[in-house]
Amino acid sequence: MAEPLLRVENLVRRFGGIIATDHVSLDVAAGELHAIIGPNGAGKTTLISQLTGHLSPHSGSVLLGGRDITYLPAYRRCALGLARSFQITSLLLDFTAADNVALAAQAHAGTSFRFFANARKEKGLRDAAHAALDRVGLAHRADVVVNRLSHGERRELELAVALASKPKLLLLDEPMAGLGVTESQRMVKLLQELRKEVSIVLVEHDMPAVFALADRISVLVYGRVIASGDPAAIRQNEDVKRAYLGDQHVVTHHG
Amino acid sequence: MKAFTVSKAVTVLLLAGLVLLPLYSQLSGNIFILTLFTRIIILALAAASLNLIMGFGGMMSFGHAAYLGIGGYAVGMLAQEGIGSGFIQFPVALAASAIYALVIGALSLRTRGVYFIMITLAFAQMAYYVASGLARYGGDDGLTIYKRSDFSGLIDLGNRVQFYYLCLACLFGVIFLIWRIVNSRFGLVLQGLRSNEQRMQAIGFPAKRYQLVCFVISGTMCGLAGALLANNTDFISPAVMYWTRSGDLMVMVILGGMGTLFGPVMGAVVFLLLEELLSQITEYWALIMGPLLLLIVLFGRGGIMGALGRAGRG
Repeated sequence: MAEPLLRVENLVRRFGGIIATDHVSLDVAAGELHAIIGPNGAGKTTLISQLTGHLSPHSGSVLLGGRDITYLPAYRRCALGLARSFQITSLLLDFTAADNVALAAQAHAGTSFRFFANARKEKGLRDAAHAALDRVGLAHRADVVVNRLSHGERRELELAVALASKPKLLLLDEPMAGLGVTESQRMVKLLQELRKEVSIVLVEHDMPAVFALADRISVLVYGRVIASGDPAAIRQNEDVKRAYLGDQHVVTHHG
Repeated sequence: MKAFTVSKAVTVLLLAGLVLLPLYSQLSGNIFILTLFTRIIILALAAASLNLIMGFGGMMSFGHAAYLGIGGYAVGMLAQEGIGSGFIQFPVALAASAIYALVIGALSLRTRGVYFIMITLAFAQMAYYVASGLARYGGDDGLTIYKRSDFSGLIDLGNRVQFYYLCLACLFGVIFLIWRIVNSRFGLVLQGLRSNEQRMQAIGFPAKRYQLVCFVISGTMCGLAGALLANNTDFISPAVMYWTRSGDLMVMVILGGMGTLFGPVMGAVVFLLLEELLSQITEYWALIMGPLLLLIVLFGRGGIMGALGRAGRG
């Protein structure tokens, strides 16, 4: 089998006495959409943060395309083709949508130690920004300051920013969080398009969306992966059903 | 759209006033006003440099007066040792400020928020005490500079009007540079970091590197102000580095409007004119000045530039 794009081996992260990530191992193949689900507090965001480099694991390793990136800082991982979106929207609120995306493009287009020329007039960056905005359907809002964008638009802008860095692997931390029904449907449609171009790790609560999109699903409970497999297998898995007892209807009914 | 706004009109008036001031001074025979405004312009330059890291970079440096001292001492010490050429004094002043900023910045930028404020303050106080200990250069009492920087006939710093215009040209030059920087690739990264550092790291920018470079640029600009200030007073003493002076600079920036191009100039003019006028009325001028500044900061969000912007929108 070919080298997986992302390989996580025996990752451990503790907060005091709590083990938030408990010997997690998983592989993401190139071209795959790999979903990570789990009840609240299962350690999904902790896991993602270790993948992006915002948090260091206590042991274990993270490999991107065979290269050990376990202790690389976030900005270096980004340069290697790893992009993320945040669970709680994290954008430059006082910048326009186009500026947000153009900055992401700028990070991957030569040095930013240029002090004199007007960056907003660099055609390459602006074109890249508009292409990414167009991709997520926000082209008409390019010059609006993020403060004035709706929640749904901000979620889409998060995606555009991630796309602008031309990533190999996209880590999406609950892209549907807080979206209404129609907005969620738009987002699912968008992700269905994007997954043709880029490998995706998707952390998501929205079960219908996960089962509609994922090639493979890993289930995280108390920091541990209790099951990993294709959507059909996960749906049948007894451990998963038990873990989701309170939320069981979510798995069975909507599936 | 971008045509006429109140804040723009006021800015243009202010700048025109600064350019024409020597003319007024000459016609009215009021020499004092020229001296006063030379000092205002020099401190406006220092405030503008502080605004680059504070307003655009989001780094609250509470030790900016240190550069005034370093620039000033570079001029004073060289003059004392018999090196009077401005072509040597000024580059040394800028280089010394840049090196100090590089070292202090590299250490301070390991911290954030209140700690950053405290550590920059601590370093500036250290510089203050080091200067106080320079027995050869006057120590506590300071150092008189008997001859202003000599630019071998190119410009005469002893001539009030020429010196005034040199300071004004430096101020305009620095503001022009800041304007270019703020809109450049570097400037966008800098402002992005101010807005959301985590996000900037996630899209691939190593925060510290950019902040440190900005810190050095700002310090160098302020070092220039220091060299000019020493020439203006013909004197340099540790007092220019005292923490209250750093506080004054911060107040000028906040008063004028953080993160605006001309805010610091506006802030410096208003702050120093108020200081001058109030101190003529009463010895306890600080008692009036303090509450007045408090009111402006509390009720005029965004400083004078912010208030003018609101006035423009009606």
